Amino acid sequence: MKKLLNDPGRVVVESLAGLAAAHPDLLEVDLGQRVVRRRGGTRPGKVGVVSGGGSGHEPLHAGYVGVGMLDAACCGEVFTSPVPDQFVAAHHAADGGAGVVHVLKNYTGDLLNAEMAHDILRAQDVDALEVVVTDDDVAVLDSTFTAGRRGVGATVLVEKLVGAAAEEGRDLAACAALGREVNARSRSMGVALTSCTVPSAGVATFALADDEIELGIGIHGEPGRRRAPLQPAHDVAAALLAPVVEDLALRRGEAVVVLLNGMGGTPLIELYLMFHEVRSILHETRGVTVARSLVGNYITSLEMAGCSVTLLRADDEIVRLWDAPVATPGLRWGA
Amino acid sequence: MGSVRDDVADLTAFQSWIAETSAELDEHAGHLTELDRAIGDGDHGTNMARGFGRCAELAGEEQFPSIDAYLKKVGMTLVSTVGGASGPLYGTFFLRFAGPLAATDDAGVHALAQGLRAGVDGIVARGKAEVGDKTMYDTFAPALEAFDAAAVAGSPVAECLRACAEAADSGRDSTEPLVARKGRASYLGERSAGHLDPGASSAALLLRAAARTLA
Repeated sequence: MKKLLNDPGRVVVESLAGLAAAHPDLLEVDLGQRVVRRRGGTRPGKVGVVSGGGSGHEPLHAGYVGVGMLDAACCGEVFTSPVPDQFVAAHHAADGGAGVVHVLKNYTGDLLNAEMAHDILRAQDVDALEVVVTDDDVAVLDSTFTAGRRGVGATVLVEKLVGAAAEEGRDLAACAALGREVNARSRSMGVALTSCTVPSAGVATFALADDEIELGIGIHGEPGRRRAPLQPAHDVAAALLAPVVEDLALRRGEAVVVLLNGMGGTPLIELYLMFHEVRSILHETRGVTVARSLVGNYITSLEMAGCSVTLLRADDEIVRLWDAPVATPGLRWGA
Repeated sequence: MGSVRDDVADLTAFQSWIAETSAELDEHAGHLTELDRAIGDGDHGTNMARGFGRCAELAGEEQFPSIDAYLKKVGMTLVSTVGGASGPLYGTFFLRFAGPLAATDDAGVHALAQGLRAGVDGIVARGKAEVGDKTMYDTFAPALEAFDAAAVAGSPVAECLRACAEAADSGRDSTEPLVARKGRASYLGERSAGHLDPGASSAALLLRAAARTLA
């Protein structure tokens, strides 16, 4: 293992200390609970937006705390859900008196820990709590034979759009409904060129030969659904897009928001090249317009090389909320 | 090991169980993590060793008035330190295990059977797993059945726990050919077959440690 760290057991807390030091204008960090909250707390009367999950996906989630996105985030160990106490602390950190939306990715550990946290919060007479679960990964068959589809790229879009809605004063139920709708309108598919190494494990999670790619990967270094020979970017883009477009049942003339997301170890030169392929296929083959796009590392899997494509079926309201100001370490425009 | 009087397990025996489990997890953390790398995300051994390590320190830090107070603290500590799916599941096991032991300082066959059943029921309620899903329940279900069968036959605690641990090992081994239907391994579909389930493996280790310490 070749990583910049001091002690594999202290990666998360030492990284959060750096996040706090780099962005004192945007956020504050409770290193004991590993909870990041918007500087100064949630504005009274505004719905709070919270997320949490394992670390190793940076900038998700802590890097999206600030103005117009998350009010608080809790950070688990690398690829491990936060514990219930952390979700409880994040909830209180984000509570501005108008209720709190919890955005969760559909993973067994995240949901079990959050459910226990919600039991604790209800015992504290907290009722104004809504949960939005993202499950946009088309690589997983959504059936009783699996834990259901994973939450991946759509999580970034949900956090941005619900954050914008909360910022403009929508109430708790409306924020949660928007989050669920954005998730329902989004689908993703990812590909890995390499595996990644969890610091505490010290060795790569799986092995890929130099001429192999893994299609349908998640964001935890877990293997995907099928292995394929390395192929030109155009073919990879087509392989990622086909199930996404099909599952969304996109029709000619529709518009989408595209997230072309790097998994952490692929340079921007390749991500932009991939975006060019994705946009060309959408325009020329599918007759679908790209209303807005985001290209870069937004929901990562440590140093894994590869990318994912997320499409969100857009409308005027989604585009308007997308363009609303946001000021966080990971996403910033208009503010 | 542990402290046994008249075929019952007292607080010291339960504390030995946790210490033994922690030591076993330390020794086998690498193996569990390796199993998890194959069909999960490669952190099960580390997370379990961290959580039970913290639990093993409890006995030296505070005086517990009863077995159930101790088991509740172990459960809460696991929930607060393990993370992932294992934290809530193992935490719930001990929180529920404590229930039937509330009125006793010496757990005999009957109390242990009730505690074990309550703990396993708690895992099912939280995780909603069924036998054959390739989870820790594939270890716990036959282990509980074996304990109960031995108890009904009038066996002493030691024999019930031995039967329980042996059935747990078989349950763990039964997960190898299975296709996972719960948790992260389920994303792999058919490719999850041919590997032992990490949670089923740590559960067998926990019950093996019980057989060595509670009687």
